[in-house]
Amino acid sequence: MSAELLTASIFSVPVLAFALGIIAALIRADLRLPEAVYQATSIYLLLAIGIKGGVALREQSLFEILGPVGATIALGIVIPVLAFFILRAMTRLSRVDRGAMAAHYGSTSLVTFTVALVYLDAMAVSYEGYMATLLAVMEVPGILVGLLLAGRQSRHTSWATATREVFTSRSVVLLVGGLLIGALAGPGGYEKVEPFFGALFTGVLALFLLEMGILAGRRLGSVREAGWGLLAFALLFPLLAGVLGIFAGAAVGLSQGGAMVLGVLCASASYIAAPAAVRLALPTANPGITLTTSLGITFPFNLVLGIPIYWAIAQAVIA
Amino acid sequence: MSSSRAKIKCLTIVAEVILEQRILDDLRACGARGWTVTSARGAGPQHRQISDFEGGNSRIEVLVDAEVSERIWQLLERDYFPDFAVSAWLTDVEVARPDRYETRPN
Repeated sequence: MSAELLTASIFSVPVLAFALGIIAALIRADLRLPEAVYQATSIYLLLAIGIKGGVALREQSLFEILGPVGATIALGIVIPVLAFFILRAMTRLSRVDRGAMAAHYGSTSLVTFTVALVYLDAMAVSYEGYMATLLAVMEVPGILVGLLLAGRQSRHTSWATATREVFTSRSVVLLVGGLLIGALAGPGGYEKVEPFFGALFTGVLALFLLEMGILAGRRLGSVREAGWGLLAFALLFPLLAGVLGIFAGAAVGLSQGGAMVLGVLCASASYIAAPAAVRLALPTANPGITLTTSLGITFPFNLVLGIPIYWAIAQAVIA
Repeated sequence: MSSSRAKIKCLTIVAEVILEQRILDDLRACGARGWTVTSARGAGPQHRQISDFEGGNSRIEVLVDAEVSERIWQLLERDYFPDFAVSAWLTDVEVARPDRYETRPN
């Protein structure tokens, strides 16, 4: 991996804002994004990605995206199963905690995906416009498979309730809604909102990442409690899942950029949709474990090192 | 001017915000006719919540007669106390216009 690739990921404003957030948390600075601003920026990011992806989706024939969507669903099922069994070998976690971890790692991270797009854009690398569709597809199966693997735990959460909660989660509603808005409005309609949803996007992402950095920084203290097995899992599993995604992307004919983004979708762990669903469906799982690994270890790793690594691998795999 | 007053129960529940809707549905099912919800922050002994992402806690106050408060309390003990970060306390209060808080006939 060249120094240039690494520099492009580390010295982007959103990633630096994330680092500032971590430092602020470590020195216990009096810094938090107000709750309403945090909620608003996450809605903005989800909607912006959905709408932009929807505009691109309009240009595609259904036939073209069938392969990539099918591959994404398959990966969304295979990855949590892999995570579940690898964790059994590497850690002493209970079945419920492994199921919770599988749900987090089987689902995906909007912000990691977004930073990967910003990274490719900065290097003027093209990728398929329908990647946001794959993001929306990837959100759901991993969580459900993880809950299934954990076994039915909550006495009062039926499968129907858990499934409804996943499908009606804010991220799924906004992504799918955004895709529809974009597809219906088309390029002409998008042009009118581009100054808000396009031009401001990276700035808002930086603000959001500042807050993510603060939250991740607070989790760093508990990394030591997680143990070596979990630490190794949180660093190595993304690489395995990422490589799997890149090869799957290559197999269904994605470009270098597209395969890299699919790799990122597989490598990243959810820390917004999955925690809420898991908390309700698996109340005995320990959220400290899942959030510390997904947010405190895997997320920063992907942001700084993972993204350039996946790009290098995608370049090597796809000529 | 005559005023009607009566002693009833005020049940206060502080819970992870992701539980809010579920608790409110349960309150209605137990016969409560209204409630007040405010956002809350704080710390508890369990530290098992994910509130960093989902906006802290909700403080739910509900004014009900003794029978309904007992029904809600049993439900909290069964469905919430074992697995979730939930605090609850019951106080005697005196309210004006007590008919507002009478149990809705089912």
